[in-house]
Amino acid sequence: MELRKDYFADVRKDGLHEIGQGRPRLDSPGHVTGKTAYFADRNFPGMLHLKMVRSPHHHARIRSIDTSQAEKHPGVVKVLTAKDVPHNVYTILILIQIGPEDETVLADGKVRWKGEAVVAVLAETERAAQEAAAKVKVDYEVLPAVFDMEEALKPGAPLVNEYHGQNHYLYDSGECRKVRFGDVEAGFAGADHILEQSYQSSPIEHAPTETTGCVVAPEGNDRFTCYTNTQAMFFTLDNTSIILQMPGSKLHFVGGTVGGGFGGKVDVIVEPIAILAAKLTGRPVCFIYSREEEMQISSPRAAEKVVIKDGVMKDGRIVARKVTGYTDAGAYSRHSPYGAQKGAAHYPGPYTIPNVWIDTYCVYTNRTPSSAMRGFGVTIGDFALEVQMDKLARLIGMDPLEFRFINAYRDGDMKAHRQPTEGAALIECMQEASRAANWPVAEKYMAMSSYKKGA
Amino acid sequence: MAIRRGRGMAAINYPTGMNLGGDPTQALVHSTPTGNFMVTLSSVDLGQGMKQIMAQICAETIGVPTDRVIIDTADTDTGPHCMGTFASRGTHRAGNAVIQAAKEARQVMLEVAAEELEVNASDLETDGQGNIQVKGAPQKSISIFDVALSAHFKRGRSISGRGMFLIPRSYPEKETGAMKPSTCYAHACTVAEVEVDDETGEVTVLTVKNVFEIGRALNPKMVEQQLVGGSWMGISHALYETTEPYYPNRDHGGTDFNQYLMPGPGDLAETEIIVLERPSADGPFGAKGPGEMCANPQIPAVANAVFDAVGVRIDTLPITPERILRALKAQAAG
Repeated sequence: MELRKDYFADVRKDGLHEIGQGRPRLDSPGHVTGKTAYFADRNFPGMLHLKMVRSPHHHARIRSIDTSQAEKHPGVVKVLTAKDVPHNVYTILILIQIGPEDETVLADGKVRWKGEAVVAVLAETERAAQEAAAKVKVDYEVLPAVFDMEEALKPGAPLVNEYHGQNHYLYDSGECRKVRFGDVEAGFAGADHILEQSYQSSPIEHAPTETTGCVVAPEGNDRFTCYTNTQAMFFTLDNTSIILQMPGSKLHFVGGTVGGGFGGKVDVIVEPIAILAAKLTGRPVCFIYSREEEMQISSPRAAEKVVIKDGVMKDGRIVARKVTGYTDAGAYSRHSPYGAQKGAAHYPGPYTIPNVWIDTYCVYTNRTPSSAMRGFGVTIGDFALEVQMDKLARLIGMDPLEFRFINAYRDGDMKAHRQPTEGAALIECMQEASRAANWPVAEKYMAMSSYKKGA
Repeated sequence: MAIRRGRGMAAINYPTGMNLGGDPTQALVHSTPTGNFMVTLSSVDLGQGMKQIMAQICAETIGVPTDRVIIDTADTDTGPHCMGTFASRGTHRAGNAVIQAAKEARQVMLEVAAEELEVNASDLETDGQGNIQVKGAPQKSISIFDVALSAHFKRGRSISGRGMFLIPRSYPEKETGAMKPSTCYAHACTVAEVEVDDETGEVTVLTVKNVFEIGRALNPKMVEQQLVGGSWMGISHALYETTEPYYPNRDHGGTDFNQYLMPGPGDLAETEIIVLERPSADGPFGAKGPGEMCANPQIPAVANAVFDAVGVRIDTLPITPERILRALKAQAAG
């Protein structure tokens, strides 16, 4: 790595004692010698293991659940169903007033994705829990499912989630989050070229080394200590308090040392049911995802579809950009309405464009609920935007790097969401990339600056 | 049939912190009797090094070496509220809270030292080595060890401080989308070189040159580990990873690391990292969040390089050999 201190030296105070120093990490020796304690290193006498019975169907009505054989299985201590969960229908962003509650801790009457949790089995050993889970009999009436976002948005498509009433999230702005800036149709009308392209991604797994999980120990005084690898301690505690209808003062969460998160551990899935199990059995409980659960059950990065229509001039100026983004939330909201909205704030990318129209949709389908992941709401958008930029440059016969200099945002430029640009540095990054990659651009671009217009 | 070489680039920006704000983090700082400093938080270290960075921020602010700072985090019985570690917010939000708490603690520390040295607190400075001295007269000094002992056992003072950082929540205007998503943005530009085998569709990423602007590299070694890891993850997203290879079809999802494709050590490109620092107006020592954005620009850069190499656009992720071969076949068919 090379620190290029010559850029922005006039606005930076160097020469500090501790900041800017590459000090060795205080926790590294523990990590590399295997001595760091993670949540799963906690082991308590009499600890029970929790395994989930999961839906084999993408969309089905539950006619009946028979747990009698599972309960008789040697080593089984408790079997939990929807009726055991005090506030079974929840949504995590309710803490910041983003509803409606649309998901169940344990399925009640219906399953909406293959893998959805239906029954929780608690047993003395992991094996007993697994074997007993296989003995739970659930009678399903399979319903038509929808997997494709465009199909889901069509009239007459199977309804994925009754709590929403339609297959997309309803924002206060309507069916999508909107950004309107300038007059995009006038921009297209005056453009030398129009290019409309569609981009698509597939769900992606966070793939942390340590799978999602927690270990819960009753403290013997109606309080429960939950050792967890959540990315958000109080967010998880407060949501657990709502789901279990338990005062927050009864909950004690311990964590903070996590084997990789990447956004995959902010969904509040394992803690509430494990604490409920500890409460109902009076025993310590562990609930740890298998690798298969981590990959197919825990929320992935959403698949996205991004449609970009641009109006561009022969001289390289983009004069209008219309973006329609679709985020595949799967069966439940989790963090997806937030992610789709973050996309609306991110488009049209780090470029100054006078006419912009953005619609971002959060769409429900019968698949594993997606949620946060590194670059949430932005990563796939950047793929679409920057491939589109490459296509536009080639369309008008311009060097792709020079084309970006022409459109790059600079301090003071008004963004589509009506915030003036501050602290821009795109131009300097591109200038340094031009040098480092031996990708020469015209001298006028190397003389540009983010500081002010028309350098 | 041949191995064809191509080059592509991408430029991006990325917001620091939770979209639209409204995501508080608090910190508490206190000294032990012998002048070590405890930072109490409920922020989570995901492996990226949050604890180390908070220690360096506290140490710089108080004016002691980093090894005099201990981080006690993520116990909800002791740690004050933090919204969580996500959205590239940890360093920015918690760092600001730690600075505020550490400043308050430093002020008490200087007041106690002033009483011991019989000078005004405003005339004192720290030497960064564990001592407090009179500005312009460094021979007149007292160790922070002795100041802490005095505060605890003689003067009855608590060398401590409270810190809180909150960017007020912005609500998007319904019709226009006017809003304030973030207070600062990191930037990047990546150039990727690839080879594409037009017989097998296989892509080899030869080099990835990344320029990242991250406000301030608080610990350059740790920034490097995060940026290099992010760059690899970007390549992985571009070419390998998905839980549903034939999305929207639900079949064929990987369930372990044999089936779920990720690059192995031999698949990783020669990676170059260059860091620029334009301090943000409201970041701790100017820092922005580098965590998420560093994995983004490689994806379009690789996609553009594949087009440069073989002349087909793969607009669906991941860019698999199958998709490249199908596109080449369609191209040949005209």
